[in-house]
Amino acid sequence: MKNLAPSLAWAYALILYGFIFLPVIMLVLFSFQGTMFPVPPFNGPSLRWYETVLADSRLTSALVNSLVLAVATSLFAVLLGFLAAYGLARYRLPGSNFLRGLITAPLMVSYLIIGMGLNIMFNGMGVPKSLAAAGIGHVVINLPLCFAIIYSQMGEHQVNIERAARDLGAKDWQVLTHITAPMLWPALFAGFFLSMTFSWDEFVISFLLTRFDTTLPVEIWSLLRSGLSPKTNAIGSIVFGVSIVMVLVLELVVLRRRGS
Amino acid sequence: MKGGQRTGDLHSALRPWYFAGPATLWTVAFFVLPLAAMAVVSLWTLEGQSTDFSLANYRQFFANPSYYRAMINSLEVTAIVTVVSVLLAYPLAWILAEGVPERWQRLALILAILPFWTSYVVRSYSWLLVLSERGVVNNVLVASGLLNAPVQLANTRFATILGFVHFFVMLLTLTIYASLKQLPRTYRRAAADLGASGLQTFRHIILPLTMPGIMVGAFLTFVLAIGDYVTPQILGGNNELLMPQLIMLQIGRRGDFPLAAALSLILMLVVTVAYLAAARWLKLERA
Amino acid sequence: MNEPLAVIRGISHRFGAVEVLRDISLEILPGSYTVLLGPSGSGKTTLLSILGGFLTPSEGQVLIGGEDCTLTPPAERPTTTVFQDYALFPHMSVLANVAFGLRMRKVKRRERHARALDLLGLVGLDQAARKRPHQLSGGQRQRVALARALVVEPKVLLLDEPLGALDLKLRRQMQDELKAIQKRVGTAFVHVTHDQEEAMALADDVVVMNDGRIEDHGPPEEVYRRPRSRFTAAFMGESTIFRGKVVEKSDRLLVMTPLGKLTAHGEAEEGEEIELAIRPENLKLQGSREAWLHLGRARITDVVFQGSFKRVIAVSDSMPPVQMILRIGTEEGVKLREHVDLYCRPADLILLKA
Repeated sequence: MKNLAPSLAWAYALILYGFIFLPVIMLVLFSFQGTMFPVPPFNGPSLRWYETVLADSRLTSALVNSLVLAVATSLFAVLLGFLAAYGLARYRLPGSNFLRGLITAPLMVSYLIIGMGLNIMFNGMGVPKSLAAAGIGHVVINLPLCFAIIYSQMGEHQVNIERAARDLGAKDWQVLTHITAPMLWPALFAGFFLSMTFSWDEFVISFLLTRFDTTLPVEIWSLLRSGLSPKTNAIGSIVFGVSIVMVLVLELVVLRRRGS
Repeated sequence: MKGGQRTGDLHSALRPWYFAGPATLWTVAFFVLPLAAMAVVSLWTLEGQSTDFSLANYRQFFANPSYYRAMINSLEVTAIVTVVSVLLAYPLAWILAEGVPERWQRLALILAILPFWTSYVVRSYSWLLVLSERGVVNNVLVASGLLNAPVQLANTRFATILGFVHFFVMLLTLTIYASLKQLPRTYRRAAADLGASGLQTFRHIILPLTMPGIMVGAFLTFVLAIGDYVTPQILGGNNELLMPQLIMLQIGRRGDFPLAAALSLILMLVVTVAYLAAARWLKLERA
Repeated sequence: MNEPLAVIRGISHRFGAVEVLRDISLEILPGSYTVLLGPSGSGKTTLLSILGGFLTPSEGQVLIGGEDCTLTPPAERPTTTVFQDYALFPHMSVLANVAFGLRMRKVKRRERHARALDLLGLVGLDQAARKRPHQLSGGQRQRVALARALVVEPKVLLLDEPLGALDLKLRRQMQDELKAIQKRVGTAFVHVTHDQEEAMALADDVVVMNDGRIEDHGPPEEVYRRPRSRFTAAFMGESTIFRGKVVEKSDRLLVMTPLGKLTAHGEAEEGEEIELAIRPENLKLQGSREAWLHLGRARITDVVFQGSFKRVIAVSDSMPPVQMILRIGTEEGVKLREHVDLYCRPADLILLKA
C-alpha cells in the first residue's frame, strides 16, 4: 500500500495538470490552424490568423486601450489606496473602523453589480459610455485591494523612522515620498501588479460601460458572437504570450533588485 | 511653530482627511451612490413614471418561475462547483506541499497558474472549442469507440460547471497550499510521537487546522462564481439561465433597467448572506 | 538488578558531509534523570531526536527495553517527547490535548478523560482542563505538554530544552517541579539543555557533549569536582586552567608549572605535558596549613559583585601569566591592582586530559 501511494499521487497530479493545461494547449495549437475551423483535424501550421489579427485595427487598438486603462487605473488605485492606508494607519479618526470597512466593501460585491450600478447611475446622469467610464469602474474594484495590501504592511517600526525624518526637518509630503513610500515599495508593487492583472482581464464592467472605444476582452467577446474562428485563438495566444513575457520581465526585475 | 492655536487645531483635525478623503470620496461616489441609485431604480417599472415606486419587480421575481429558477440554478451550480473544486484541489495542494521537493514547489505552483494568464474570455472560449461536437473530447471518445456519435457537451450545465471548476481548482489549490505550508511541523511530530498514524494525524490535526483556509477559499469561490457572467454565457448557452445571464438579458433586449436593478440587488443580498455566514463561522472557529 | 532501560550503541550521524555525532554510546538506567548538556552544535538535540525516532542514525543502534528500535517510527516507540515549543494542538482543549495519545491508542472516552485529568492534577492544572492552549501562560503550557507526554506511560520521556522560553525565576521553579514529578512518576527522563546550572540541579547523570562527542559523564558533583577534560572544566562552571609538565611520578605527581612546582594526583606519565584546573571557590587568599599549596602572587584586575559573592579576576606574576578566577565572600575586601598571594589545597588541583 505504501508503494502504491506515490504512483497514485503522481498520476493524480498529472491528470489534474493535464486538465488545467488542456484548453490552453488547444488554444495555442489551433491558432496555427491552416483552415477555417479551430477544431481537429489540424492543418497547418500557418500564420494566416496572426496576420489577420495584426491587420485588424479594432483588435490592436483595443489591446492598446486595455494596456493604457490597466496602467492608468492601477496607478490611480495605488495612489488612493496608499494615501488612505497612511491616513487611517497613522491618525485616529472617529469611525476609523467604519471607513476601513467602507473602502474594502467593494471586494464583497460582484463586478457585475458594480458595473450595473455605475451603468444605471451614469445613464441617469447622462454620462456617456466611454473608456473613462470603464476606468472609473476599474478603480472601484482595485482600490480596496490596494488599500488592504498596503494597510496590512503599515507597522509600528515605520512610525519611528518617520518621526526621525520629521525631527530632521522633513515636511509631511516629503516624509511620504522619501520615506514611507520607498519603505513600502513591495506592497505598492503588489497592489499595482494585482490591479493590472484584474483590470487587463476585466470584462463585465468594460462591457457595460464602453461603446465604441473598448477594451480587448470586450472586443474578443464581439469576435465570439460571430462564431468560432482561429482568429480568436490567435489573439488569445498573443495575450497569453504577452502575459508570460510581462511576468518574466517582472521576475527579472524583482530578482535583480533582490540581488542588489 | 505652526500658526496659531485655532488654525493649528483645525489643520491637525483635517489632516487625516487629506489622506483618507480621496479614497473615501471615490468609494462613496462610485460605489455607494450607484448602489443607492440601483435601489431607487429597482422600485420603478419600465412603463411607469419615475415618481411611481413599487415592489413590482421584486414580486415578479418571486412569482415568475423562469426568474426564480435562475437563482436556484445559480445556487445549485455554485454549490456543486465549490464542493467539487475543494475535493479536487485539496489532494493536489497536499501533493504540492508534501510530495514535491522544496526547490521545485515554486515552479510547480507557477506551472499550475500559467494557463490562467490567458484572457478570461478566451479561456472560456477555449473550453467551448474543446467541448464542441467537433472538438478534441468528442473526437477522442468517438475514435476510441466509447461513443458512436459525438455528444453535446457544450451549451450544457456540465460545461459551465467544468469551466468554473477549471478556474477554481487552481485558486483553491493555492489557498489550501498556503494553509498547509504555514502549519508548524512540530504539530505533526507531536501527533506522531503520541502514536498517531498518518491518517489519524490528518484527521485530527491537519484537517481541522487547515479548515479556515478551506472555508476562505470556498467562500471566495462561491462569491466569484455566483456573480460571473462570462462562463455560463459562453459555455452554458441559453438553455439554462443563471442569475447573471438573467440580469444582462434585461438590459440587452428590453432595456428594463428597473428589473435588472432589482435582480442585481437580490443577487447581492444572497452574496451578503453568504459573507455573513462565513464571517460568523470564522469568528466561532477563533473562539 | 539495574538493567539499562535504553542503550545507545555506537551512534554516528551525518547531515550531508557534516558529522554531528561521532560514535556515541550511552546507557539510560530505569528511574534516572539524565541530562544531555552541551553548547549549540554539540549534537545533543540530534541525539535526542534519534532517541525519539525522528531521525534514523547514519550508524549505530538504539535499544529500548532490550529491543532494537533504531528503525522504529516515533508512533510505535515507547518514548514521548516534550518539544521546545510545546506543540500543543491549538484547536483542542487542554484536556483533549493531554488525552490525545490515549485516543490514538483507542482508549474509551471516559477512561482517557479520567486519566488525563489525573495527570493534569499531578502538574497542578486540573482546573484548566476546559481551557484552550492560547489562554495559558508559558509555564502552564509547559506543564500541559509534560502531562500529555506522560499520560501514555512511556518508558523514556524526552525533553528538548523545555525551560528555555521561561524567565529565570519560573525556570528555577519548574526545575524543582520537574524533579519532583520525575521522582513521583518514576519514568526515566532524558533532558537536553545548554544551561549547566539546570543540569546540575536536575540530573542524576550528566552527559557533557561537545562537537558530537561525549566529553564527560557522571553524577553532577563528580563531573563538576573532577572534570575529565578542559572543555568540561570550562563549560561546567568556571576554572583557572594552566599548563604544566610532570617532572616526577611516585605516590603523587610533581608538576612544574608557571605557578610553581605543585603536587597533584591523577593518571599521568613522567615527562608528560598536562593541564591543571582549579575551581574558583577553591582558590583562596590565605593558606591555613602547611599542606596548602602556594600559587604565587597575582595582581587583581577585576572585582564583580554578584550578590552572594564577589567574582575576582587576577593575573599571576608568573611567566607566562595565568588568568586566575576566584570567589570571595562579600565581607572580604580586595582592591584593584592590589597584589595578593593565592593558595589552594592539593586535592583541589584537577588533572585534565588533553
